[in-house]
Amino acid sequence: MSEVRDDRQYTETHEWILDNGDGTFTMGVTDHAQALLGDMVFVELPGEGDEASHEDEFCVVESVKAASGVYAPVDLEVVTANEALDDEPELLNSSCYDDGWLVKFKADNIEGLMSAEDYTDTLD
Amino acid sequence: MKRTSDTQQSRRTPLYQAHVDAQGKMVDFGDWEMPLNYGSQIEEHHQVRTDAGMFDVSHMTTVDFKGAQAKVFLQTLIANDVDKLKTEGKALYSCMLNESGGVVDDLIVYYINDEDYRMVINAGTTEKDIAWINAQAQGFDVSVEPQFDLAMIAVQGPNARAKVFEAMPGVEEVAGELKPFNAASLGGLFIARTGYTGEDGFEIMLPEKSAEFTWKMLLEAGVKPCGLGARDTLRLEAGMSLYGSEMNDEVSPLEATLTWTVDLTNEDRRFVGRDALEELKEKGVEMTIVGLVLEGKGVIRDHQKVVTSLGDGEVTSGTFSPTMGKAIALARVPMGTTGSCEIEMRNKMVSAKIVKPPFVRNGKVLV
Repeated sequence: MSEVRDDRQYTETHEWILDNGDGTFTMGVTDHAQALLGDMVFVELPGEGDEASHEDEFCVVESVKAASGVYAPVDLEVVTANEALDDEPELLNSSCYDDGWLVKFKADNIEGLMSAEDYTDTLD
Repeated sequence: MKRTSDTQQSRRTPLYQAHVDAQGKMVDFGDWEMPLNYGSQIEEHHQVRTDAGMFDVSHMTTVDFKGAQAKVFLQTLIANDVDKLKTEGKALYSCMLNESGGVVDDLIVYYINDEDYRMVINAGTTEKDIAWINAQAQGFDVSVEPQFDLAMIAVQGPNARAKVFEAMPGVEEVAGELKPFNAASLGGLFIARTGYTGEDGFEIMLPEKSAEFTWKMLLEAGVKPCGLGARDTLRLEAGMSLYGSEMNDEVSPLEATLTWTVDLTNEDRRFVGRDALEELKEKGVEMTIVGLVLEGKGVIRDHQKVVTSLGDGEVTSGTFSPTMGKAIALARVPMGTTGSCEIEMRNKMVSAKIVKPPFVRNGKVLV
C-alpha cells in the first residue's frame, strides 16, 4: 500500500505539493510513483529562477525502468532545486516525502489540486 | 507444471510462492509470472557482483537429445560444432539458424556422450524451437526430449560456488573441481559452471519438487534472491547477447558479434544456415554490435536511434549500469564504426563513446 500524507496536496500525475506558509511550496513525487518507477538513477532539475507554466514538463526523473517527466502543478517560478539528488537520486525512493523533495517554488495560487483523500481514491 | 493447460493465463514456476513470500514484484514475462525484483534491482545487481545472488530461471527449457545419431544431428542443427565436446559435462554455446542464416535461438549444449546431449533454450522461444528442432530431426535416429519437469536456479557471484557447497550436501564432491563451462550430475541434479552475469557460479537444473527446498537452503546460506531486472543489467554489463534484442530470426550471428560461435572449419559439416552465412561473408557483413557508454546524465533505452559517421544504427539493449554508475548499451551500427556516436534520447542528440564489450567482468570495469 502506498503512503499518502495528509499535510499536502496532489496531482493526477503523482506529484505532491506542500505549502510552506511563506508564499513558497515544496514539491516532489509520490510514494506510488517512486514504487512504480523503481530504482531512481538520474534526476534532471530546473535552475533557480526558471519559470514553468501549468502542466509543463520541467524536471525529469529517470529510473532503471523509464524516464518520467515531472509536470508543473501550477504556473510557478523555481526558488531552489534539491541538489542532493544529483549524487543521491535514490533519495527519491527512500524518502520521497522528505529528503527526496525535488523543487521549492513560488506561485500566486495553487488551486485545482487534489486532497490526500481524493488522491488516495485515484490509486485504487 | 509448465505447459499443462492452454487456458491458464500465465505460467508459474515451482518457485512462484517463494518469490511472493520474498516480496517479489511479479510481472508478466513472455507468458510467465516472474519476479522483476524483490525491492531494489540495483541492490540485487551489486549483490551478484560482490557476493552471491540467485535467479529462478525455471522458465527456460531443457531438451535432451538421445540416439545413435544425436551427434550428427546436432552437427546439422547448430552453427557451432559439437565435435569439440569430448568429455562428459563439457558445454558449448551456439546458435541454431534458419535457412537464411537468421538465429532461431541461442543455446548451450552439454555433452554426456556421443548418443546423449542436453540443451538449454530460451523460455520465450521454446514452442518455436521445439517445432523447428522436430522438423529438422526428420530422418535422423535421434529422440528429442523436452524436460518440462525440471526447475533451474542460477547462483551467481564471487561467493556463489562456496555458498552452493554449503547449502547443498554432496555437490562439492562432484562439482568442486568443475572448470568453467563444464557440468556434473548428482542424482537428479545437473550442476553447470555457467551463467549469464559475468560472474562465477552455477546454473543448477533440478526436479521441480526439489526446487523450493533447495531455494530455502540457498537462502539460509546467505544467497539473496535476484529478479529479472538485475539479470538484465548484469548480462548487459557482461556484454552478453539477449535473444530478440541483439539477434533474432532476421539477424545472423555474423552481424551480432557471435562469429566465434560459428564453426566453418569442417567443410563437410553442412549445418542449417551455412550456405547463407558463407554468402553473407562473401558479400561482406554490413552491420555489427558495439558497446556504448554515455558520459553524461540519462539512461540509454532500447530502440533509440544511433547516428554514426558511417550511417545510422539502433540501440538493441540499453540500461543503467549499476557497477559503472553510467548508462551503457549494446547497439547495432555499421561495421567499422569507432570513436563516438550520437544517440537520440528524448528528442535530444547525446554523445556516447563506442567501446568493445564486455563492460564489466568478475566485478571489474573493463571499458
